[in-house]
Amino acid sequence: MLKDQDRIFTNLYGIHDWKLAGAKSRGVWDNTKALIEMGQDGIIDAMKESGLRGRGGAGFPTGLKWSFMPKESDGRPSYLVVNADESEPGTCKDREIMRFDPHRLLEGCLVAGFAMRAVAAYIYIRGEFVQEAINLEIAIQEAYDDGLIGKNASGSGYDFDIYLHRGAGAYICGEETALIESLEGNKGQPRLKPPFPANVGVWGCPSTVNNVESIAVAPEILRRGEGWFSGLGRPNNTGTKLFCISGHVNKPCNVEEEMGIPLKELIEKHAGGVRGGWDNLLAIIPGGSSVPLLPKSICDDILMDFDSLRDAQSGLGTAAVIVMDKSTDVIRAIERLSHFYKHESCGQCTPCREGTGWMWRVMQRLVSGDAEVEEIDMLINVSKRIEGHTICALGDAAAWPIQGLVRHFRPVIEERIKSRKASKAA
Amino acid sequence: MSQVIETGKAFEFTAENVEKAKKFIARYPEGRQQSAVMPLLDLAQRQNENWLSKEALEYVGTFLDVPYMRVLEVATFYTMYNLKPVGKYFLQLCRTTPCWLRGSDDLEAVCKNKLGITNGETTEDGMFSLLEVECLGACVNAPIVQINDDFYEDLNAENFEAVLDKLASGDVPPKGPQIDRVNSAPEGGPTTLLEKTEGA
Repeated sequence: MLKDQDRIFTNLYGIHDWKLAGAKSRGVWDNTKALIEMGQDGIIDAMKESGLRGRGGAGFPTGLKWSFMPKESDGRPSYLVVNADESEPGTCKDREIMRFDPHRLLEGCLVAGFAMRAVAAYIYIRGEFVQEAINLEIAIQEAYDDGLIGKNASGSGYDFDIYLHRGAGAYICGEETALIESLEGNKGQPRLKPPFPANVGVWGCPSTVNNVESIAVAPEILRRGEGWFSGLGRPNNTGTKLFCISGHVNKPCNVEEEMGIPLKELIEKHAGGVRGGWDNLLAIIPGGSSVPLLPKSICDDILMDFDSLRDAQSGLGTAAVIVMDKSTDVIRAIERLSHFYKHESCGQCTPCREGTGWMWRVMQRLVSGDAEVEEIDMLINVSKRIEGHTICALGDAAAWPIQGLVRHFRPVIEERIKSRKASKAA
Repeated sequence: MSQVIETGKAFEFTAENVEKAKKFIARYPEGRQQSAVMPLLDLAQRQNENWLSKEALEYVGTFLDVPYMRVLEVATFYTMYNLKPVGKYFLQLCRTTPCWLRGSDDLEAVCKNKLGITNGETTEDGMFSLLEVECLGACVNAPIVQINDDFYEDLNAENFEAVLDKLASGDVPPKGPQIDRVNSAPEGGPTTLLEKTEGA
């Protein structure tokens, strides 16, 4: 188990003062100037060495992403955009950072923004997080008043602004180009890439979009040294990670743990175990709603990191662990997710707009059993026609939970169809 | 199909909100005032009993020098803009899988049996409106209902009824977990961050 001294989010549960004085006593804003004095290349190299991979779901190497930003301006300013539109079902970690440790995020904005030569950071927070936005606004004002950001930020000689932008209820705005559209005051519909945001992002300027957790851990990585971070976890899957454990466990919770912790250990140590005991486990969605579920047999010894879960045909995603015990109607659990994706499709691409609704309607019939067994294959076939055929990954995310369900629970679906037929015939 | 309601009553920001609106606009680069459509719609909604009339949308467009159609597009795309009146207490009940696994169906039943409303309806006295929503992002405190700006967490039929009773009698019960736990820490106390650390 990760030692407390290696935990970054020391106010995860909001027990201590979240404001500036409290944050400083936890080591936030401690000689930030020295971090900036590492220079742009120094910071980016250290982030690359640390092995940090993006915490928003895709796991793209953070240092590498920062290095895509232009080193010389062609006259356009560069921007850091922080993706705080936390909406992936199961995920509730960025919320805790923003309401209980907002200064950690702000310090990260300055360091990351400096490294990518940005003039300002825009934090795009989901609209439902009203209290979190209020805390962030207060923290931003505190940071300005204390000279930590703004002109000559933290005495570094670098000028840097931070602004908050509240969303208004759209999952799709967690997709980076949809978020940029929304920040410009438009409907949140994703853009085709290329051009990538590092070339043409918000207001046509070079931009990098990073998840809250990725940005918030950066100063601590630089302060303690990239070797400290890369020494935790496994190669290519380094560091600490916030896990959100929800569903059928005795004590649902958020917790910061080492990457690569066995799933069973994570649940038993921190979440009080599966309701009714480990043997009462049916399945787990290990990384937020978009990744395929895993049956108990795989959960028994799987490690919680990017590569391990990819090898099991699932993914770490946002590290949101949704636990289902044997009382769960697993078809309905996935049907709820199909409804989610139908509701959140932005409507831009036909395969997704039409396909998510079509899949949801079939899923509803699979829940009741009013279907033909052949329709299971048809459903998978349609899901493959959505996956990979849309501008953004929402189409993929809608397809994968259904594919995971059929891969691991096909007999349950077939049985329901047969027993429904039998009860109709009787 | 008309998506917006014309009230026949003019809408304009209060003097205080004009100042707030100007501050929002100042957050974005010169000439990019369209970016302020979202914060200004939110401001207008808060001034207008939690919903947006056609007049309010037109006013925001004029205020920002942005065509009405651009404002309408935004107002109809995002779910948090209410385009019709809602009750004094706007209940947003999460039904996505993490909340459903922990009993959101029971909360839906409370709304139906106790308040007599289903998805999209408002009680006759105008006190409560119910909207079933997708993931609110507080899944380890499921099931959740957002009431106006606040999250009520770790609900069950019993404590949800108690929250509704208090609201009906004019009290606002404390937000957050409705069971004995600290925020998103495990019930019974944290398993981590127990060592005396700096600042603890």
